[in-house]
Amino acid sequence: MKLGKHLLHRRVSLPLILEHPITQNFLIPILAVVLSFAVGAIFIVVVGQNPAEVYSILFSQTLGSSYGIGQLLFKSTPLIFTGLSVALCFRAGLFNIGAEGQLQIGAFVTALVGMKTFGVPSYLEIPLLILSGMVGGGMWGFIPGYLKAKVGAHEVINTIMLNFIAAALISYFVTNIYNVPATVHTPPISPAGILPRFDKFIPGFEGSPVNFSIFVALIAAVLVWCYVDRTRFGYELRGVGFNPKAAEYGGISVSKNIVLSMTLGGAIAGLVGTNFVMGYKYYFEEGFSSGTGFMGIAVALLGLNNPFGVVLAALLFGMLDYGGLVINTMVPKELVSILQAIVIIFVISSNRIFRGIVVNYLKKRKLVVSEE
Amino acid sequence: MITSILSLAFLAQTIRITVPYTLASLGGVYSERGGVTNIALEGIMLNGAFGATVGTYYTGSPLIGVLCGTAFGALTVLIHAVVSINIKADQIISGIAINLFAVGITKFVLEILFHSSSNSDRIIGLPHLKLPLIENSPEIARLLGNPLVLLTIFVVIASHFIIFKTRFGLRLRAVGENPEAADTVGISVPQYRYYGVMISGVLAGLSGAWLAFDQHSFTDGMSAGRGFIALAAMIVGKWNPLGAAAACLFFGFAESLEIQLQGAGLPTQFIQMIPYVATIVVLAGFIGKSVAPAADGVPYEKEK
Repeated sequence: MKLGKHLLHRRVSLPLILEHPITQNFLIPILAVVLSFAVGAIFIVVVGQNPAEVYSILFSQTLGSSYGIGQLLFKSTPLIFTGLSVALCFRAGLFNIGAEGQLQIGAFVTALVGMKTFGVPSYLEIPLLILSGMVGGGMWGFIPGYLKAKVGAHEVINTIMLNFIAAALISYFVTNIYNVPATVHTPPISPAGILPRFDKFIPGFEGSPVNFSIFVALIAAVLVWCYVDRTRFGYELRGVGFNPKAAEYGGISVSKNIVLSMTLGGAIAGLVGTNFVMGYKYYFEEGFSSGTGFMGIAVALLGLNNPFGVVLAALLFGMLDYGGLVINTMVPKELVSILQAIVIIFVISSNRIFRGIVVNYLKKRKLVVSEE
Repeated sequence: MITSILSLAFLAQTIRITVPYTLASLGGVYSERGGVTNIALEGIMLNGAFGATVGTYYTGSPLIGVLCGTAFGALTVLIHAVVSINIKADQIISGIAINLFAVGITKFVLEILFHSSSNSDRIIGLPHLKLPLIENSPEIARLLGNPLVLLTIFVVIASHFIIFKTRFGLRLRAVGENPEAADTVGISVPQYRYYGVMISGVLAGLSGAWLAFDQHSFTDGMSAGRGFIALAAMIVGKWNPLGAAAACLFFGFAESLEIQLQGAGLPTQFIQMIPYVATIVVLAGFIGKSVAPAADGVPYEKEK
């Protein structure tokens, strides 16, 4: 309605179009995904395949069977956790590149506690292991948060460094101390701590490793939403993210919120162990996560740092992850990594590109473009 | 153990490890001195290594290989330049996307060209110059006669002069420290940022080329975190070419030591951590605070 009125006056407000919730929340993310598939099609043509055929197989084999959906959900679960972790920190104005290290430490602590607590009943063991993952990951998120709050050390560099430190530390423990001899994985956790797989109850999921950790992920998404968007703590967190100086002036402790957000972000990333350790292999294995933490950044971006957006984006990326394996006979599965990288580039560039397209379009129609 | 550390073989190994770190780290210095954060070094290195391998494999000429490596590095970083300088998008996210892209694209093309998802066919190495003075120790002679080693030493010293003693360097630092002021006196901020970023791509590409020739092939993900160590060295070296090179040498020494200790059955993971822990310590200001250029990572919006 508003848009139409402006058109009548032959004067169009740019921010009205560009900052409209429909543009920001739907048009731009969808455009980014569509564009990346279009660029992906070029790669498919280069290897001599038909993009329509490859994409239709990618979709039908992932979304068209309950087994495919099971795989998709399994791949999406860790991405929900890391996406939420990154998103929560983003809302506080912090850039958590450390989800990879945090999830490693979290999952390792989960496995460690799980293997030492045989005999504890399930109703205690499961919460205990979930909590262990959060404590492990939270600890790893606390360090860069503390350093940022105390001495102003940039969290990006510190989280990158802590990723490598976590990898080395865990490598030490799972090759020397807590491993089953001649392997790089720990002994199994107590059976009481196992989160059951869906195929135990629903025959259609037969063989796919999706398990109850996805509910942990969904609950985490709801809790993050409540926390960030519905509580006083979240209000402070967003205030710090929006304008730290104003927040400080308004009586909000910026340093407290920085430490808290990074710790919480770490704790959420630490929950990845619920999927792999408690729901899939029942032990921790070195190198189990290949870049899930980094992918979480893409998921958070595409999900616009909104917990429900994160869930949707994680489902898309999970589908691509499994989809890569499905199309591997036709096109190298790395096509999917390329697609994911292009999605990220488009998401961060789309505001400007979109602006250019809109301005161009309006000028062609001889409309006056206003910056207000 | 002392004797093995003092041996020439150990020295040679340290240099071998240090060269790629140094080239990439200097690249980081140019980019960030000009105000563009570059965590894409890792991906640029990987693409550089791939370019060097493909170039050498198809032409049989290591020289063309080196050129292809730098060209691939420059092309990769061009994405970062466009996204960071023209589109003014988040530079850290752009860097992450490029790293992801490099892993994907190299494996993708590897499968098409070499029908393997893990490694390329073997390529020939770089020819080395004959140095008369040290012919009695062939390992060192080979290494110091390697044109890339000589080039690295040259680039380190030259970079110090370029960045701190030339007009170009002054302008580069100006657009990284205070772009508004630089703009006021007529320095084109985008132009100089482009210079910085493109130089970083060339150097990191060269660093990747070294890896490919050192191993005589391309293997999937062969940059193996070296781009991040280079980044760490840049910070520990306080964004100075000589400092970054010294940090690289220290990290190279530590890694070389780690390889020696592996034979002794000691846990080497703790030595692996040295560069990363050192970076955190330096960044926190516990030992000589390291401060980034003031406008590092901040897109420049020209006032209208």
